Amino acid sequence: MALKHKPLTFKLAVTALAMFGFGFALVPLYDVFCDLTGLNGKTAATAASADAALIDTSREVVIEFIARPNKQMPWVFKPEVRRMTVHPGEIHIMNYLAENPTGRMIVGQAVPSVSPGQAALYFHKIECFCFTQQQLAGGKNMLMPLQFYVDPALPSQFSTITLSYTLYDVTSAWTGDTAASSQLGE
Amino acid sequence: MSAVVTDHEHEHHDHKPSGIKRWLYTTNHKDIGTMYLVFALIMFFIGGAMAMVIRAELFQPGMQFVEPNFFNQMTTVHGLIMVFGAVMPAFTGLANWMIPMMIGAPDMALPRMNNWSFWILPFAFLILLMSLFMPGGGPNFGWTFYAPLSTTYSGDSTALFVFSVHIMGISSIMGAINVIVTIFNLRAPGMTWMKMPLFVWTWLITAFLLIMVMPVLAGVVTMVLTDKYFGTSFFDAAGGGDPVLFQHIFWFFGHPEVYIMILPAFGIVSSIVPTFARKPLFGYASMVYATSSIALLSFLVWAHHMFTTGMPVAGALFFMYCTMLIAVPTGVKVFNWVATMWRGAMTFEVPMMFALAFIVLFTIGGFSGLMLAITPADFQYHDTYFVVAHFHYVLVTGAVFSIIAAAYYWLPKWTGHMYDEKLGQWHFWCSLISVNMLFFPMHFVGLAGMPRRIPDYALQFADFNAFISIGGFLFGASQLIFVAVLVKCARGGEKATAQVWEGAEGLEWEVPSPAPYHTFETPPVIK
Repeated sequence: MALKHKPLTFKLAVTALAMFGFGFALVPLYDVFCDLTGLNGKTAATAASADAALIDTSREVVIEFIARPNKQMPWVFKPEVRRMTVHPGEIHIMNYLAENPTGRMIVGQAVPSVSPGQAALYFHKIECFCFTQQQLAGGKNMLMPLQFYVDPALPSQFSTITLSYTLYDVTSAWTGDTAASSQLGE
Repeated sequence: MSAVVTDHEHEHHDHKPSGIKRWLYTTNHKDIGTMYLVFALIMFFIGGAMAMVIRAELFQPGMQFVEPNFFNQMTTVHGLIMVFGAVMPAFTGLANWMIPMMIGAPDMALPRMNNWSFWILPFAFLILLMSLFMPGGGPNFGWTFYAPLSTTYSGDSTALFVFSVHIMGISSIMGAINVIVTIFNLRAPGMTWMKMPLFVWTWLITAFLLIMVMPVLAGVVTMVLTDKYFGTSFFDAAGGGDPVLFQHIFWFFGHPEVYIMILPAFGIVSSIVPTFARKPLFGYASMVYATSSIALLSFLVWAHHMFTTGMPVAGALFFMYCTMLIAVPTGVKVFNWVATMWRGAMTFEVPMMFALAFIVLFTIGGFSGLMLAITPADFQYHDTYFVVAHFHYVLVTGAVFSIIAAAYYWLPKWTGHMYDEKLGQWHFWCSLISVNMLFFPMHFVGLAGMPRRIPDYALQFADFNAFISIGGFLFGASQLIFVAVLVKCARGGEKATAQVWEGAEGLEWEVPSPAPYHTFETPPVIK
């Protein structure tokens, strides 16, 4: 390569490599963007503090609950009630019923989504089964709790919030995890 | 020892190795350009054969010839081959042939890399095509390979698909680096930026787009690969990922990519129209600025492919307005071409005919693009044949017509012979009529709700689809005339002069026809 081409070639190659990195940087950037704006209906993946703000008794918000096991997930998974009317600021507990009709232990991970997406920023979970993976032996059932409140700052155009959970079978990934941790333990 | 070196040097400068070795080892920009163009033509026919399978299946409602899974493989591989195997290599071939001659350079700046960037390409497509013969078949998730279709639900051949896209990407990036370095460092003395022919300008901007977005494509296919085989969850909601993220990353590549496939076409048309109108190009500077602004805007419009994913209104409006803004610089270009022809002494040889058809039909494709940009309307048009009609107007009657126009325009320079004008006119008129039979009715079936990528359709679309298929077969057959013209011209014909066209201006028309193996070894002086 002629000497005079080296600097420019090098710069362009570095740009190409940087853009390869940028493609991957889009992954966390996308999450940050969704967290900040509440677009995409993503709720916080960690618990909100329980010291809720003032209860706004003058206002009612309808919360609708949708629960759906993924196609590959054999569990029965449903909320105790389909809908609930709450005042913003009130803390409520909602139980979800999970049943494993198979003969083997299965680990589930629930992934939440809030609709309308802009309301996701105002839906706070104090405790949720979706924060961790849930383990259920074959033939057993359990109640999985969700403790939440709606932020009184919820813009007035929202009168109904739909919370949807999709439950995934993550048994294969989970067994891998324990194998790794037990190795670490030894 | 020194004798050997001298001998080698001697051979390098005056002779070329004979037989296959000439093509395998060549670092000559003209040889590599020829190989790119021939490769693109072969790929055009392979991808075209797949389109014929698609149209044969859609000739009548109901399942006729192929299984739905094979139909999906045909739509997927047709798209991949036409985008990465036909249009992009054809433009790279034209760049290799013409850019050094247009700027008065002896060769591309990085000739060894040039050889590599071509020769890895056939292997990429060999891998892709071989995957069709694997158990379970080749990729069947559409050329956009949306997750989870390409991750959770894809066949075992997906790794081959990913690998072949990696190789295509590396090839394009190396080609783009080469173009930029050549244009920056090897312009002849006096060839200032604003004296460069527009084909060089548009290719320079295209090369920057390639360097910016091809690595992102490489990234997204890598994520698909690791999601499918190595347990990551970039696009898998169960593991904390998001399938919509795939579409964002893909279209961040994908939208600039569509301009990669049209900007060099703008450069070609801007070369041809002044020649046959015998007037200098109207608004040269505005053409340069319009091309640059199209390139910049292309990074701000990607989510207009995703209006139906449940985007908030603010986002939809932003992407709608940015998309519509692109119509402004594009309109400037169309206006400039028309103004160049205004009161020109026009003649209508085949390159001019294809360039004129480009201007009219590309504009139709642009207008249907504007319709698609309207967010609420897009909910109706999304994933219908209206979209298919739109992108085939901009890619077939746009990009492909410009490549054909370029081939006719520079063929006498490449071969030293004039092509057969009569046969060329037959090729043009057959193509023009059949391509509109093929793609224009798709607007109507699309507006009526016929979904794309489905091997069957509702009965009310039967007559339209039969007509479209006939158009498709005729268009495919018309391209055989093109091959006949090419072969005939390569073998012989009326001797071409150096200038070839009466109104042609530029450095490439100052070297003899056919262009000698080495041109501008001493740089020309530009007044």
